[in-house]
Amino acid sequence: MRGTVAILGASALAIAGFAGFGIADEEAELVVEGETLVSRVAAPEWHPLDQLMSGWVFRSDETQALQLDDFENPGFAAITLAEEVWETAAGTSGKSCADCHGDAGEAMKGLRAQMPKWSETAGEPWTLEDWINWSRTEHQGAEAWKWESDEMLAMTAFIGLQSRGMPVNVQIDGPMEEWWERGKELYYTRVGQLDLACYHCHEGNYGNMIRADHLSQGQVNGFPVYRLKWGKLGSIHRRFKGCMENIRAVPYKRGSDEFTALELYVASRGMGLSVETPSVRN
Amino acid sequence: MSNVKPRVKVPKKAEVGEIITIKTLISHPMESGQRKDRSTGELIPRKIINRFTASFNGETVFWTELEPAVSSNPYIEFSVKFPGEGTFRFEWVDDDGTVYDLEKDVKVG
Amino acid sequence: MQLNRRSFGLLAAAAAGATALPRAAFADEALVKEAIMAFTGGVEPTEGGVTLGAPEIAENGNTVPIEVSAGDGTEAIMILAAGNPNPGVATFHFTKLSGEIAATTRIRLAKTQDVIAVARLGDGSFGMTRREVKVTIGGCGG
Repeated sequence: MRGTVAILGASALAIAGFAGFGIADEEAELVVEGETLVSRVAAPEWHPLDQLMSGWVFRSDETQALQLDDFENPGFAAITLAEEVWETAAGTSGKSCADCHGDAGEAMKGLRAQMPKWSETAGEPWTLEDWINWSRTEHQGAEAWKWESDEMLAMTAFIGLQSRGMPVNVQIDGPMEEWWERGKELYYTRVGQLDLACYHCHEGNYGNMIRADHLSQGQVNGFPVYRLKWGKLGSIHRRFKGCMENIRAVPYKRGSDEFTALELYVASRGMGLSVETPSVRN
Repeated sequence: MSNVKPRVKVPKKAEVGEIITIKTLISHPMESGQRKDRSTGELIPRKIINRFTASFNGETVFWTELEPAVSSNPYIEFSVKFPGEGTFRFEWVDDDGTVYDLEKDVKVG
Repeated sequence: MQLNRRSFGLLAAAAAGATALPRAAFADEALVKEAIMAFTGGVEPTEGGVTLGAPEIAENGNTVPIEVSAGDGTEAIMILAAGNPNPGVATFHFTKLSGEIAATTRIRLAKTQDVIAVARLGDGSFGMTRREVKVTIGGCGG
């Protein structure tokens, strides 16, 4: 009962006068099902930060523990759903994902680490959600899934899981450069009534408390993420939308060019961190 | 296809008399009946898993009554003194009367 | 005194606190007492006999891991959350086939409050323990 150990550990620390307000040991190693994931890594040269840190590092002992065991990770309920969907025929083609792609473990390995990825067909970068819906409408002859539907979240989690442990490695040059610059501009642009940009919290103040919240670097390597607050999985764009609402800004839409560009830029700020999908956060 | 998926972790083999840990989780929103629909302002009706039962070869091993204060995707972990080869059956009862179930065989060894 | 928004807010909070708070706390305890008496059949439980593991501070009240345990022969353990709209959380029932008398689950806590475990022990008596869990109002982002 690993959970018990974490609980007892936390209370022992509290009794010993630990003033960390439920914040976990920032040196803890992220070992999931026996595999050590990279939760801290030196930043690439162009990066404004020296060290990149997974959001897992900033969470409490109890929240951290939920991600260490795939059974205790509540995000895995969606994996069970996606395994079924993968094998189920859909649309006018009468074909399942498996009919064309075979074993997801081989066919989908590495994809999540490269998202968003340039689409020659569209002449723009596509998120994992875009790739899935393209495959559904073009290849299966099925309806596109809604961005935040159970099926889409399950499938992005399942495909993401096939890259777990691989380093985030998005393309930022060539045709992607223009989109990356656009995302960077959005990251540093103040918006909303609170007049804040992404960097105010996630570059200048990670590790600090904003009221009762322990700010992270805002990394997206674990998405879709199971948030305790949501009680379910959620997409990167849902998180962006929530952030914008918090600073009293009118959020962009899920799947918009703005959020795709921002996803690309934010993903690039996590280059070298392991894909953690599906991760668990507060 | 139902989006409600039960999951259970039980060892495949155990010694007779060995204490085995059983972990269970079912994907379910556990709608508490306390939440309001943001668009209409109306309360969303309660819809939860209200009972979980584990049995072994037909005999009840462990059961739980659940209230709306149990988190979404309810997780329950407990242990059993392994009685010998047989089948564990797990049942989750929804407020709407639906019973979700799963069976796991455990061998001696 | 000229009322600006801040001092008005403080006054309003003080006024509400003076009347509403003690009454709300009383109502909670009455519901808790009712739930305990329903479980024990009117018997007052004694302190101890059951242990309750919970985090000192929960990072989010929506999913708080808890664990209960008690001695051999314990038939049932009921969990209550004294500060929720309804105190009931879950009741675990054990049998002769049970291994350790222990169970783990995850619960919702609306605010900082006491979590209570009451057990029907092997000798027919009832044991009880309570433990405060602080719930932080955090969780940026939708």
